[in-house]
Amino acid sequence: MKFITHLHICIIFLLAFPKGTSAQNLRIFDTFEEFKNSILLHNDTTYVINFWATWCKPCVKELPYFESYHRTTGKQKIKVILVSLDFNKQIDTHLKPFLSKNHYTAHTVVLADKNFNSWISEIDESWSGAIPATLLLSGDKRSFVEKEFESSEDISQYVDSFTHH
Amino acid sequence: MNLLFIFIISFLSIETPGINGYQPGDKATDFSLKSITGKMVSMADYKDARGFIVVFTCNHCPFAVMYQDRINELAKKYTPKGYVLLAVNPNDPAVQPADSYAFMQERAKEKGFVFPYLFDEGQKVYPQYGATKTPHAFLLDRNLIVKYIGAIDDNAEDASLAKEKYLENAIMSLENGTDPVPSITKAIGCSIKVKKS
Repeated sequence: MKFITHLHICIIFLLAFPKGTSAQNLRIFDTFEEFKNSILLHNDTTYVINFWATWCKPCVKELPYFESYHRTTGKQKIKVILVSLDFNKQIDTHLKPFLSKNHYTAHTVVLADKNFNSWISEIDESWSGAIPATLLLSGDKRSFVEKEFESSEDISQYVDSFTHH
Repeated sequence: MNLLFIFIISFLSIETPGINGYQPGDKATDFSLKSITGKMVSMADYKDARGFIVVFTCNHCPFAVMYQDRINELAKKYTPKGYVLLAVNPNDPAVQPADSYAFMQERAKEKGFVFPYLFDEGQKVYPQYGATKTPHAFLLDRNLIVKYIGAIDDNAEDASLAKEKYLENAIMSLENGTDPVPSITKAIGCSIKVKKS
C-alpha cells in the first residue's frame, strides 16, 4: 500500500514536471570550476548556453524563445542550457517558483559563484558582464554574443551560421 | 530575398564587435548632462577636483539598486577629500519607464542622494565611455585620464561581505600616485536599455 502511494506521488511528480528541470532537481554550482567541468564541455555536441536571471527583464522575455528552439532541436546534437545568475538569496524565493510556474524543459542550472571578476572573462574576453548573453560551444569552436534574441528563429539562425561556419 | 536579408542581418549582428569604450590611460570626454535639480552639470564645473567617480547607474536594475546606498556612502566619504561623484542614468525611459527623469528625481529624494544624478538624454555619453551595463564605474583623475573601469566591489548582495573594494582601492592608488591594480574588473549587471533600431 505504501509502495502504491509512493508510486502515485512519483506519477504526479512526473506529470507536473515533464522531463525538464524542476525546482526540486535544480543543480546549483557554487564555484565556477565545478560549473566549467560539468557544463562547458568540448565534444561533438553544440551547446547553446544562455546566461540569465529572473530579475533581468530582457532575459525573461527571451527564455520562451530558447525553450521553443530547444523543442525544435529533436535528435540533433544540440543542447540548450539555461544558466541562472540569480541572487543567492532569491534562489528559493524567486527562481524556483519561476521555474515551477513555467515548466521549461530546457536544462537549467544555477551558477552561484559571485566572484564575477574571477570568471566572466573565462566565458569570453569580450563579455562585460551585461545579461542576457549567450555562448555557443562545439568542440574547439566557440562564439559569444551579448544581446537579446528576438525569436526562436533568430536563435536557430545564429546557431546554424555557427555550426556551418 | 527576405531570407537572404535576414541572413545578412543576423550575420552582421554576430560579427559586429562590442562598443569600443575607454581603456585605462585614455582621456575621457567631459559632458554636459541635466541633473535631477534641472541644472546642467559638467566636470569642468569642478575646478579643484582631485578626481571624478562616474557611475553609470539607474533606478530599475536590481544590481544598481543594491549599490545605490554604497554609491551615496562613497560620495559622502570622498567629496570632502576632493573627489566628485557623478551618477549617470544611461537608459532610454521609452524602453524602461522606471528610469525616467521623474523617477530619478523621486529615487534621489527617497534615498537622499548627495551626488548629482544625471540623465544621459539622447544616450550620447555612455557609448563614448563604453559603459555596457548598470552599475558600471569609471574613475578619472583631475585631468580626466581614466584610471579604473568596472565594479564597485566584489559582493553586490552584501556590502559587509565584500572582500575587494575595487573602486575605493583605485581611489587610494590615485591618491598615492600609482596605477590601480586591477584597473579593470567585470561584474554581472543589467544591459543598458536602448530602443531597437
